[in-house]
Amino acid sequence: MELLLFTVFAAAACGGAIAVVLSQNVVRMAFYLVISLGSTAGLFFMLNADFVGATQLLIYVGGTVVLLIFGVMLTASGPFLTIKSSPGDMVQAILVGALFLGMVVVTVLQVDWDGNAAKLESRYGVSSLERPGYNQRGEGHTTRSIGAALLGARFDKDLGKNREQPSTGYLLPFEIVSVHLLVVLIGAAYLARAKRRVNVPSEF
Amino acid sequence: MEGVGINGYLAVGAVLFVCGVICMATKRNGIGVLMGVELVLNGANVNFVAFSKFGPLGLDGQIASLFVIVLAAAEAAVALAIVLNFYNNHLTIDVDRANELQG
Amino acid sequence: MMPLLATETISELLREGIDLPVFDFWDIPPIGETGALILAAIVHVALLAGFFGLPAFAGIWAERKVSARIQDRLGPTRTGGRFGWLQSLADGIKLLQKEDLWPNAADSMLFRVAPYVVVVSSFAAFLFLPFSDGWVALSLDVGLFLALAILSLEVLGIILAGYSSGSKWSLFGGMREAAQMVSYEVPLGITAVIPVLIAGSMNLNEIGRMQSGWFWNWFIFHDPFTFLAFFVFFTVTLASNKRAPFDLAEAESELVGGFHTEYSGFRWSVFFLAEYASMYFVSALGVILFLGGWWTGIAPIDNFFRASGDWRVNYLGNVLGFAVLLIKSSKLVFLQIWIRWTLPRLRIDQVMVTCLKYLVPISCFLFLGATTWSLLAPGRVAMGMKPGLGARAIEAAVETPATESEAAIVRPVDDAHVAMSDDSSMIGGAK
Repeated sequence: MELLLFTVFAAAACGGAIAVVLSQNVVRMAFYLVISLGSTAGLFFMLNADFVGATQLLIYVGGTVVLLIFGVMLTASGPFLTIKSSPGDMVQAILVGALFLGMVVVTVLQVDWDGNAAKLESRYGVSSLERPGYNQRGEGHTTRSIGAALLGARFDKDLGKNREQPSTGYLLPFEIVSVHLLVVLIGAAYLARAKRRVNVPSEF
Repeated sequence: MEGVGINGYLAVGAVLFVCGVICMATKRNGIGVLMGVELVLNGANVNFVAFSKFGPLGLDGQIASLFVIVLAAAEAAVALAIVLNFYNNHLTIDVDRANELQG
Repeated sequence: MMPLLATETISELLREGIDLPVFDFWDIPPIGETGALILAAIVHVALLAGFFGLPAFAGIWAERKVSARIQDRLGPTRTGGRFGWLQSLADGIKLLQKEDLWPNAADSMLFRVAPYVVVVSSFAAFLFLPFSDGWVALSLDVGLFLALAILSLEVLGIILAGYSSGSKWSLFGGMREAAQMVSYEVPLGITAVIPVLIAGSMNLNEIGRMQSGWFWNWFIFHDPFTFLAFFVFFTVTLASNKRAPFDLAEAESELVGGFHTEYSGFRWSVFFLAEYASMYFVSALGVILFLGGWWTGIAPIDNFFRASGDWRVNYLGNVLGFAVLLIKSSKLVFLQIWIRWTLPRLRIDQVMVTCLKYLVPISCFLFLGATTWSLLAPGRVAMGMKPGLGARAIEAAVETPATESEAAIVRPVDDAHVAMSDDSSMIGGAK
């Protein structure tokens, strides 16, 4: 079952990504991107990362891609705009990309992940089965731990343990990201409202 | 039940990453380049979450991917504003036309 | 309490081959895990698909009848007997018979796919909706969040439909929809978070359970801020369903049909199926978040069904809860129809101003207010006048030390929540 679901989602994610590369029409690219990102959210659910998957759907698919399509509509100088990339570029890029992909996949396959995990566990003394907050029993129920970790308390690491020093949370990055988002909001609004210097043809 | 190991997820992440890089390199459409960036970040996210399940990363991996998603949204907003500005000045979003700084 | 429809329950039943209490003669043989999961999924999808068509069937008829009454007409009177209640079926058959065509100028692939994106996303949102206590296909910790996320995918289909039609009316409809939705997601999210703040969970089932007992336990009466938040939420859901007065995407008087100008036949009807289904969905969401979900609001009735040891009575209680939820959300749907046929349509700039200048600041203010309120009067309900379930649960939790190890782990940080998710303390506290 897991294998079946993984195959479906992985095929959709990779197929969508390849279609994004091969397609020339921007809106079709956006549609394939949605397929790819949505199936990636499916992969996240399979990895018991409910909250990340939901965030992916809400922010990426529902927000970012809608924004991208909106951008396409605002900048379209004619219906079904296509800007072709030159075939030479494509061939070069695909060659280099294929080489890089081969390298990464070979590297991934050569690493002995289970052995590494065992080594790390023997060094730090955390068994993968009783990893608190992220164990068999708490599978998929990571929302509360993530929320607490973003506020600086690590339930997944500290609870049930008598640690002298609590583990590091993510309060500071969280605050920085919040301020960053505010800056981005203002900056993007300022950038986008600049006055037009050229007369736009009145087709649209 | 046959489980899927970490290798499968890492391979998917690699494919997404490479597709994103190719997309960034070949697309002449500004928004297409943006989509390539999204794909790259997404490939990285898959790796983060996979390590958070299979590796020793724990919840840190998921939190890292959350930050990536949020920052990707911010990046898309700013990049889109830049693309709009470019369009206002050049009436196209072909990034090959952004060559005024060449001597 | 029989959470009879949760996925795990059904798949466990099938996997272990337990003989069901009703069907003594029909012992289900144990089947493998994969088979059990697939069968459970099929059962849920079949039930939900059956339910999915109902709002469209009833909603379209109600829309015609209500609009007719408001305009001093009779509306459909003949089809299917006295009140024309088969009108939707007749409409559906007519639409199926129409030719399915697409314009030459359209991007045919996207044009054909777009309606399915819309209908699939509005159908998938129902996966997270509890119809009664425990009657939910997927009871997830991120339920509300995921439901809103999936509902927001509906916009994508509409934008694709608008863009791919190759017609300027459709393009304008799609653009308006994109601008409107990106803005209205913000107040929708903030107002939906306010009940989450009070319940301490995003699981819709648990949010519903928090509001058991008398009707002053409903979150709308929790404090003044939630009271106002419900109305903001309702307004925003009108916009997110592109219902009048926010139906700019299909403004008939200016854009012919907006995003669906070029559609015909089955694909056109699919848009409306999705629209009525998501109308019902957001109404039910509002009911669960603010209006007490499936509880009647009269504590003795609910407690009679819940506290009974007989599973049949429990089941009857669940059916009653289903009916209550259906009635409550149908009233909200009726309200949506009423508003549509009473208020004039806003202009697009007015829509944006309403959202960005009024609804966003108001919802932020309400969110801050609700936060402050729950700091000042923790665990109190009914505008702070009565000790709520939360306060009693905290007291009970302090008095009785936890036995379960996991509860002991989480206890220091989230007393109320752990106690709430425990059913026995709920029944005790609800008296």
